[in-house]
Amino acid sequence: MADTNSGALVEAESLSVHFPRHRSATRPGIAAVDRIDLKIHRGEILGLVGESGCGKSTLARTLLGLIEPSGGVVRFGGDSIGNLPERQMRPYRRRMQIVFQDPYSSLNPRMRIGETIAEAMFIHGHATKSDAAPLVADLLKLVGLDPAMAGRFPHEFSGGQRQRIGIARALAVRPEFIACDEPVSALDVSIQAQIVNLLHDLREKMGLTFLFVSHDLAVVRHISDRVAIMYLGRIVEIAPKERVYDEPLHPYTQALLLAVPVPTRTSQKRSARKVMQGEVPSPLNPPSGCHFHPRCPHAFAPCALKQPPLREVATGHFVACHLYEPQQRSAEPDHAEDSARREGQTPHGGGSQVMSTNPGQMIERSGEYR
Amino acid sequence: MAITDVAEKLLVPPSGGTFAALASSIRRHRLASVGLIVIVVLCLLALLAPLIAPFDPYHQDLYAVLSPPSAQHWLGTDNLGRDLLSRILYGARVSLMTGLLCTFLAAAIGVPIGLLAGYTGGAMDAILMRVTDAFLCFPPLIFILAMSAALGPGLSNVILSFALFGWTGFARIVRGQALLVRELPFIEAARATGVSRFRIMWRHVFPNTLAPIIVAISITVGGAILVESGISFLGLGVQPPTASWGKELRVGFTYLEVVPLFSLAPGLMISLAVLGFNFLGDGLRDALDPRLNGFDR
Repeated sequence: MADTNSGALVEAESLSVHFPRHRSATRPGIAAVDRIDLKIHRGEILGLVGESGCGKSTLARTLLGLIEPSGGVVRFGGDSIGNLPERQMRPYRRRMQIVFQDPYSSLNPRMRIGETIAEAMFIHGHATKSDAAPLVADLLKLVGLDPAMAGRFPHEFSGGQRQRIGIARALAVRPEFIACDEPVSALDVSIQAQIVNLLHDLREKMGLTFLFVSHDLAVVRHISDRVAIMYLGRIVEIAPKERVYDEPLHPYTQALLLAVPVPTRTSQKRSARKVMQGEVPSPLNPPSGCHFHPRCPHAFAPCALKQPPLREVATGHFVACHLYEPQQRSAEPDHAEDSARREGQTPHGGGSQVMSTNPGQMIERSGEYR
Repeated sequence: MAITDVAEKLLVPPSGGTFAALASSIRRHRLASVGLIVIVVLCLLALLAPLIAPFDPYHQDLYAVLSPPSAQHWLGTDNLGRDLLSRILYGARVSLMTGLLCTFLAAAIGVPIGLLAGYTGGAMDAILMRVTDAFLCFPPLIFILAMSAALGPGLSNVILSFALFGWTGFARIVRGQALLVRELPFIEAARATGVSRFRIMWRHVFPNTLAPIIVAISITVGGAILVESGISFLGLGVQPPTASWGKELRVGFTYLEVVPLFSLAPGLMISLAVLGFNFLGDGLRDALDPRLNGFDR
């Protein structure tokens, strides 16, 4: 309801991305992104959290038109851009950009950083060869680098500096939307804070919209306005960050938050911590119904049968869980009772679905680094 | 992970750019340094031939044919009384130039094909690589010989036919490297910026395939010199009175029992040049192999 079309800059509607298992496969393959609905509002920073291989990077790249969706719609500023040919995509390229995880391989080692930044300007006619230099200098200053460094090659910079260069390159096209794909996870903690603050400042100064992909809950909490939690290609919960961190509804979100080590937690409380059992199931063969049910402490009958839709349970707080389905809530009124019952029973179909060493899972993971 | 790791090492040597790393590896690699020195000396001799050659290579002294080495003619004279040393110095120009031209022409054909195949992938890759395979099926020397014979003798025909059959190595090497490079995030960054496909290939992929291309060039030049010598030896390359090492070797061969140096000297030069380029190429290849990095040779 708050999500009216006018406020959404980037929008995914029932968006799916399937990767074929085999070159010539007719089988469905891996659903890296599975019918996701998502709206990113103008000017907000949306955090996207999930374990490795859950499809967060794929989702970000698909929103940018770098991966063709297998189904569903991507809209940017209201225009559908999902399957546009490259030439027609170009006007949108100017409006959205990406910052990568690996600050080392994301810059061309053979190009001076000034050239890298200027190239983006040339492509979109923001500068010509003669007047690019001062613009590049301005951008370097904006991201906190010495403009005199424009003539250097990437290997002369540290990881944090390279990440700043990557951000400067993204800014060079004057985008409205930047997807940051784990922009700080390859950096030292002290540098992480600098980069996160830089992104924050840029939002303030330039009114940018960010999708901030990360698996680091603390960083996401620091930077985001809203947070979306992904599990095996689905968004399981999305809400303003205060609600996600203070009142997580989805059992997966709760488990993720509990998995974060907190030094002040008392030993008594620690013993009460519900650590998730098992590994992320293989995306090649995801569990039936709610993908999380084999690991879920609250799993009950419908979980294995039916995939719960993403439903708004409080203003702006969406969750995909049978516990919060209206008809289920009457059937299972007490959340605590359910968790008490859990002790005696194994999750539905748990044993067979949980695979600790699955080649498919490794393939999916290695895919993340490419 | 593995791909980016290897690529990282290939593309981002720890100290300085790839060229700086190559230079330092060559210095550490003894054979490569020898190769480089040999090549540099041969090139200097060829370039400075008009200055250092004691005689005009075309001046015939029919009173002193097939003379043994003397103070005047250091390597003796050929069957027409021309100074052998001068002819070998001038022959170096022809042989080295032919080797380089052959190689650059072959690279000029092979590199774009490899880039296109490797970066584009899919059907384009399959088609281009099958064409490459088809060319690889031909025994090159025989076909160069046949083409040179068909087109008529002459150096330019040798160069053309070498390029026509010699580009496949470049195409394969560049394709392999392009396959590696295209998966790196900076290519995706360029795509996300809207950089055109050709510009990505030219500005982003090609510079990052240079290192193995340089190795291939070094080794191919050696091979091309050998091929030119072989063709000239068979009488289809350089035409008289122009001197080339292969030509001198051929003429000297006739008089092997009278003046062995007549054919030995050009033969030695061919071996030196080929060895020099091969040593350099091997050294460069070792320098570029990340698995061997860190070992002193």
